[in-house]
Amino acid sequence: MKVARLHTHLDRLEAESIRIMRETVAECRKPVLLYSIGKDSSVLLHLLLKAFYPAKPPLPMLHVNTTWKFREMIEFRDRIAREKNVDLIEHINQEGLRQGTDPVNDAARHTYVMKTVALRQALAEHGFDAAIGGARRDEDPARAKERVFSLRGAGQRWEPRKQRPEPWGLYNTRLAPDETLRVFPLSDWTELDVWLYIRREGIEVVPLYFAKERPTFVRNNALLVRDDDRVPLEPGEKLVPKTVRFRTLGCWPLTAAVESDAADLDGIIAEMLDTRQSERAGRIIDLDPSDSMERKKREGYF
Amino acid sequence: MAVANDITALADRLAALQSRDTLRFAMCGSVDDGKSTLLGRLLAEAGMVPEDRLAQMVRDSKTHGTQGGKPDYSLLLDGLEAEREQGITIDVAWRYFGTDKRAFIVADCPGHAQYTRNMASGASSAELGIVLVDARAGVLTQTRRHTAILAMFGVQHVLFAVNKLDLIDYSPARYHAIEQECVKLAHDLGIEHADAIPVSAINADNLVVHSPNTPWYTGKPLLQYLETIKIARAVDAAFAMPVQWVNRPDHTFRGYAGVVAGGRVAPGNEVVVLPSGRLSRVVRVVGGDTDLKNAEAGQAVTLTLTDQIDVARGDVIADPALPPEVASQFACHLLWLDDTALLPGRRYQMKLATCTAGAQVTEIKHRIDPDTQAHLAATRLVANEIAYCNLSLDTDIAYRPYREDRRLGGFILVDRETNATVGCGTLDFGLRRDSNVRWQQLDVDRVARSRIKGQTPRCLWFTGLSGAGKSTIANLVERRLLADGFHTILLDGDNVRHGLNRDLGFTDVDRVENIRRVAEVAKLMMDAGLIVLVSFISPFRAERQLARDLIGEGGFMEVFVDAPLAVCEERDVKGLYAKARAGEIANFTGIGSPYEAPERPEIHLHSDRQSAADAAALVVKLLTE
Repeated sequence: MKVARLHTHLDRLEAESIRIMRETVAECRKPVLLYSIGKDSSVLLHLLLKAFYPAKPPLPMLHVNTTWKFREMIEFRDRIAREKNVDLIEHINQEGLRQGTDPVNDAARHTYVMKTVALRQALAEHGFDAAIGGARRDEDPARAKERVFSLRGAGQRWEPRKQRPEPWGLYNTRLAPDETLRVFPLSDWTELDVWLYIRREGIEVVPLYFAKERPTFVRNNALLVRDDDRVPLEPGEKLVPKTVRFRTLGCWPLTAAVESDAADLDGIIAEMLDTRQSERAGRIIDLDPSDSMERKKREGYF
Repeated sequence: MAVANDITALADRLAALQSRDTLRFAMCGSVDDGKSTLLGRLLAEAGMVPEDRLAQMVRDSKTHGTQGGKPDYSLLLDGLEAEREQGITIDVAWRYFGTDKRAFIVADCPGHAQYTRNMASGASSAELGIVLVDARAGVLTQTRRHTAILAMFGVQHVLFAVNKLDLIDYSPARYHAIEQECVKLAHDLGIEHADAIPVSAINADNLVVHSPNTPWYTGKPLLQYLETIKIARAVDAAFAMPVQWVNRPDHTFRGYAGVVAGGRVAPGNEVVVLPSGRLSRVVRVVGGDTDLKNAEAGQAVTLTLTDQIDVARGDVIADPALPPEVASQFACHLLWLDDTALLPGRRYQMKLATCTAGAQVTEIKHRIDPDTQAHLAATRLVANEIAYCNLSLDTDIAYRPYREDRRLGGFILVDRETNATVGCGTLDFGLRRDSNVRWQQLDVDRVARSRIKGQTPRCLWFTGLSGAGKSTIANLVERRLLADGFHTILLDGDNVRHGLNRDLGFTDVDRVENIRRVAEVAKLMMDAGLIVLVSFISPFRAERQLARDLIGEGGFMEVFVDAPLAVCEERDVKGLYAKARAGEIANFTGIGSPYEAPERPEIHLHSDRQSAADAAALVVKLLTE
């Protein structure tokens, strides 16, 4: 029997992700792509452009800005949106901003108000019925059972029991008036796949992923890089220049750096093959009780 | 220098990782079989668990492990306690791991009977199914059900992981008995490739390296098996692509986006759009932002056509020589997923590939007992039940039978009121072909005819002494092939001499003509796409070479059914040897005329040492490999 040419794992992942994005656009009334500026978002955007070429992507990107992102992230976001000719919507929870949140001393509330609530606001305000996100199932055991098309009930809540089976990648996108979908085209990708794909395709990512000398200080056992002066140093803390990089990107006071010499993609991948530290170990908001991701998901974070 | 070597080594490793392929497998078994422990241990032994997670597992084992405080590897996989509150412990959990050779996507399926529906998502995309078997219990009802569901969803490779071997003292006799029973079960259900492996998840036996506890096991350890198993994907099918989305940025471009379901497509190819039946030609094959020379099954592309014809989402663009069929009524298998029962006559929405149609089940032919395969009467269908049904759509759709193409033959049913996905099924065949759809007549050749049969034409030439068992074995081979869905014909020497060749005798000239005619007929039948079994004594090498030359190398497989003359003479089923010895038959092969044994037959059978069934199984295995 003749066998069709074997596609590589990356080829298959790419084709499936493109298929998922096209399904979303074909079946949903008003979809949006959640853009978080991180490496997964860079891959999502790259796939989005491929999926609809030569047309301009028929949906905008939405960035929920907590106002505590690294400056380099925002610069990168604006330049990429311009260069790729994609419509970018920025949403900031103005009410939350007025009331004020403190990512340093109350990380949980900050994340809830500026990220979770903010995302719900944005989706409701624009009337988006489907939000494409870059979450992967391998990121956290809580995601192992997540669907590719995840149904959210009223208030964007994840309702575990109402999730739909997806045999043959057949996605049921029918919605009741108050329901929405979260769509995860990178569900089957691992962190390694993401980096290998970035390497293969030459996708640009925020330079914070690469090791460089940066001003660091230690707080709550986390190595932080001071991005602006909104967080005063406490007695005993001092800025030490260290060669560090980030494995994930978020609000700068909540994102721990790792000491590393990996200054390019090959270095990053080599480090990942070597250290075998799970990806989210560096992110402070995940140093909560082990079901935190689960709870945030139910609240509509992802 | 060391640094340079490191850099080269890294570059090589990254190149390997970038070019590795995928294996999607479904893991079936219940908690009691040690499924989570097996997967967890496999990952840990292969060095694929991050150190912080391993450390957490060791800590957690002390407080809520099931191994009396010792490391409980199942904790590496178990979801959260919240799952229990949410009632989703029974959902399929997706796991990901990989080696430098291959990336694995694992559908970790729940085991219990009431969770049959949860296996559907996992099995539908699996290329391999691993069925956990408890060595102490052997093949259970549950084993039969898991294997039957894998078979229903078209999984053609099954590996039985016989676990807890430590608890049967690594007994090879017990293991081999279970292995035999498992493999037979799979074959009976129509699964082509079945293997077994003896493991103990607790002791890591045969997971990554051969275990010293099973010196009698000569197969591969589990990880190596997974890394090397070859999956025949989308057998060189005819081109078909369901249209997902029409890409029309401006008046200069109109493209049809989709993932190629089967075959390949290139600019210049003629295509038919179904169900309308309109013909056109491909202009561009666009993949990402570049124009491709061609695209193959599995690739996401955008096609442009020469004609401004009406093409919409749900249509299928296909090879006009072998297009998918078009119908609106089907015989299908249906697995019910919802807690509300299926009611025949109720209207649902069906989704197949990219098309959507109104659907109703017009008749439940019978329900199928997943444990015994028995047919049961049924008027409705509740969750986890499987039935054979007639399905009627409110419009024509293009499809292929599920056994030929999973993506063009697998469907879901959606409830229009609750919006829940309530059922999933596989199309078997169309009940009424729509005769209004016509395609242009094209030259149909051997490749086309065999493609539609999903097989490669071959000529199996059985040669050997009279009484060696050629016809018996050839018959068994044909029965097995037929059962596996192959299209065959058997040409038996005796029968052909009664008809086509009844004008020929046994002189040298007649013998050659006899073989020439049979070889020509075999060739014609191969052109029709068939697998041809020829059972002829054909004693002379030169004759068989003639047949081989006529039919062509590659298509010709010489099967030498070897048994000593004394054995054949003793069997003497037709009493011919006795007559020959008595001088009543001249030039009888083996007595008055020599038999020239093949020097390099493709298959050499020893019918005095093998049973006919074993010999036939070997032939089928070599043929279908």
